[in-house]
Amino acid sequence: MAETTLTHTGQTESRPAGWQGIAADWSSDQRAFKNVSWGKAMMWIFLLSDTFIFGCFLLSYMTARVSTRVPWPNPSEVFALRIGGSDIPLILIAIMTFVLISSSGTMAMAVNFGYRRDRRKTAILMLLTAALGATFVGMQAFEWTKLITEGVRPWGNPWGAAQFGSTFFMITGFHGTHVTIGVIFLIIVARKVWRGDYDVGRPGFFTSRRGRYENVEIMGLYWHFVDLVWVFIFAFFYLW
Amino acid sequence: MVDVTPADAVPPAEVAEMELYHPHSWWTKYVFSQDAKVIAIQYSATATAIGLVALVLSWLMRLQLGFPGTFDFITPEAYYQFITMHGMIMVIYLLTALFLGGFGNYLIPLMVGARDMVFPYVNMLSYWIYLLAVLVLVSSFFAPGGPTGAGWTLYPPQAIMTGTPGGQEWGIILMLVSLILFIIGFTMGGLNYVVTVLQGRTRGMTMMRLPLTVWGIFTATVMALLAFPALFVACVMMLLDRVLGTSFFMPAVVEMGEQLQHNGGSPILFQHLFWFFGHPEVYIVALPAFGIVSDLISTHARKNIFGYRMMVWAIVGIGALSFVVWAHHMYVSGMHPYFGFFFATTTLIIAIPTAIKVYNWVLTLWRGDIHLTIPMLFAMAFIVTFVNGGLTGLFLGNVVVDVPLSDTMFVVAHFHMVMGVAPIVVIFGAIYHWYPKVTGRMLNETLGRFHFWVTFLGAYLIFFPMHYIGLMGVPRRYAEMTDVTVMTESAHHLNSFISIMAFIVGFAQIVFLFNLIWSIRHGREAGGNPWRATTLEWQTPQTPPAHGNFGKELPIVYRWAYDYSVPGAKEDFIPQNMPGTFGPSREPA
Repeated sequence: MAETTLTHTGQTESRPAGWQGIAADWSSDQRAFKNVSWGKAMMWIFLLSDTFIFGCFLLSYMTARVSTRVPWPNPSEVFALRIGGSDIPLILIAIMTFVLISSSGTMAMAVNFGYRRDRRKTAILMLLTAALGATFVGMQAFEWTKLITEGVRPWGNPWGAAQFGSTFFMITGFHGTHVTIGVIFLIIVARKVWRGDYDVGRPGFFTSRRGRYENVEIMGLYWHFVDLVWVFIFAFFYLW
Repeated sequence: MVDVTPADAVPPAEVAEMELYHPHSWWTKYVFSQDAKVIAIQYSATATAIGLVALVLSWLMRLQLGFPGTFDFITPEAYYQFITMHGMIMVIYLLTALFLGGFGNYLIPLMVGARDMVFPYVNMLSYWIYLLAVLVLVSSFFAPGGPTGAGWTLYPPQAIMTGTPGGQEWGIILMLVSLILFIIGFTMGGLNYVVTVLQGRTRGMTMMRLPLTVWGIFTATVMALLAFPALFVACVMMLLDRVLGTSFFMPAVVEMGEQLQHNGGSPILFQHLFWFFGHPEVYIVALPAFGIVSDLISTHARKNIFGYRMMVWAIVGIGALSFVVWAHHMYVSGMHPYFGFFFATTTLIIAIPTAIKVYNWVLTLWRGDIHLTIPMLFAMAFIVTFVNGGLTGLFLGNVVVDVPLSDTMFVVAHFHMVMGVAPIVVIFGAIYHWYPKVTGRMLNETLGRFHFWVTFLGAYLIFFPMHYIGLMGVPRRYAEMTDVTVMTESAHHLNSFISIMAFIVGFAQIVFLFNLIWSIRHGREAGGNPWRATTLEWQTPQTPPAHGNFGKELPIVYRWAYDYSVPGAKEDFIPQNMPGTFGPSREPA
């Protein structure tokens, strides 16, 4: 990429700490966030915007749930899985959450190895992250299938308020789409790492700009965000 | 006298030179271009084209309102479709796209001293997705059942029911899909504008040296990135209601004696989501106008802007406040009275920063060396129009006054003054101002003055009487008001008068378009800096600026954007990139 991110520019003067430092950065020239690259800044701002999307989705869900006059299906029963003759509540969702949170761990390790220029380990860890993400989406597909066979539809379900199915499919679907997009980009970035694009400064196919190992970290920001959103969906859908 | 500041007083570059994509063919240079200036022109041309459609729709509406019963082809259904498409196109596909996609793309990189937007490829995608959104919108005119006639606010449940044109046909679906595409496309561009302003400025360009144009567009873009998500979510949910039969916004409804499948949804939820977007949207088109008009006034009055810092904080303050006023659009929706109290209070608080801005514009003009150029005429028209529109906003912001005025033509007149005419005259002023930079030639002066006077006076002749018939209680959204007592004989005559004025003003816009095209070849040669302005876009080595904007070396900024008529300086303006200390500058320390 064009700008050299993490290099300091020979400015050795120490910046004031705390709020004064923030004020000093914002009143300085060229960059409001010192030593933050364009790509990283852009990802953070995108995530802020995306937060508003998920926030609106979840608030709409809460509105529907608190204002409904018919009973809301009991999540402990709806999301139970029958294993070995007994219903275990929330078991599938516990495994899904575990898988997704683990993928954040592997992603963080990939970022670390990326900055050490360890191509092999970075790529493997990113592919592992992608595999965990794909597993999550697969389990979600299983969950959807189970609910659909039990008669849950976006427009109604056997147990109560129709909005249960509509909000569930809409919000988990939107989150699942985020995970899927993440998996695709993880594979693309992992391929670039593996091929050494970031070492030789090979121009991107579409953008014709050179990438850097920082892209692994930017990818990681997105991935952790998708994880964090899941924690909220998990809490509001399955634990409420 | 001139004491040249050593160049090393400006901090060194923190970022290496930007890697630009250099086009190899005609296609990548002019069509799939990654140059923000070309993208800006593409955005502007597309927005103007779709805006013309909306202009024609407004003529058709005025034909019906002014001369009811004369034109058989304008059925009540068609009237609703015209009203819906006119509103949606003007607010989103014209104003938002033109201010942010058009002016934002052209001016941000040039004004902050960057070679381009930070991610030109994403910026290019932004335009093409916007174009797709426009095409989807236009396609609804040709779909079975025609475009949606749900009103520009698309309120459920009627938006997706049988009685509404396009409700159970293609119209509403295409509208929602088009909006979703628009938001995706806008986000790609918007991220670019924000990051370019925050992280892509040239040496010496601090945030508090940015021209107010950039502040306005920047703040509006941040707001759009936070407000459009609510519209996105509302569109997705309504699309599901319409296509999959969910009941997010649909309560139990009996239609034609038949119970519909929907049950338990909340139409008010849609209104909250819509207006959480909708109110910031007003300022998304107003803030760029505020910024641009500040620069026009300062440049053409040869005087520094009065209270620069206050202007910046007023922009930021208005932007923040506009997120907590949305329910003043819903006083008659059946909210808790305390909600109305809260939202009326926040709404009236917005008058404070807005008034600060108006005072500062007037104080900038005060004892200035006012050049009555066409941009200046439009800028002054803006101040007057905005004050007028803002004052009726005080009426509508109060719950008890709003309730009787709600859904009357008074509301229509109010928002056309404040977010129709006011931003549009700024757009005109800005086009007359920056056209010489974009094309290298001036727009024709005579045609310009004709355009200004007809538009300005005509707009008042359209919308002042409209306030009056609104106060008489004439409701909006009615295709025909004959044989009813609220509509007196004189109001009918006024309506015909308004319609005739609307045709005349519309005609003036055709003259303006002719001027735009004619002057590309036949306009007077402008030179690099015809207005003798200080900001960086006028200091480019070539006019129009070449790819990369600034030749070999990026400019270094030594001063704010408003050093006009500094005592002791040779000229009455000092470009931002001119080193040296001159007389007493009014730049805030």
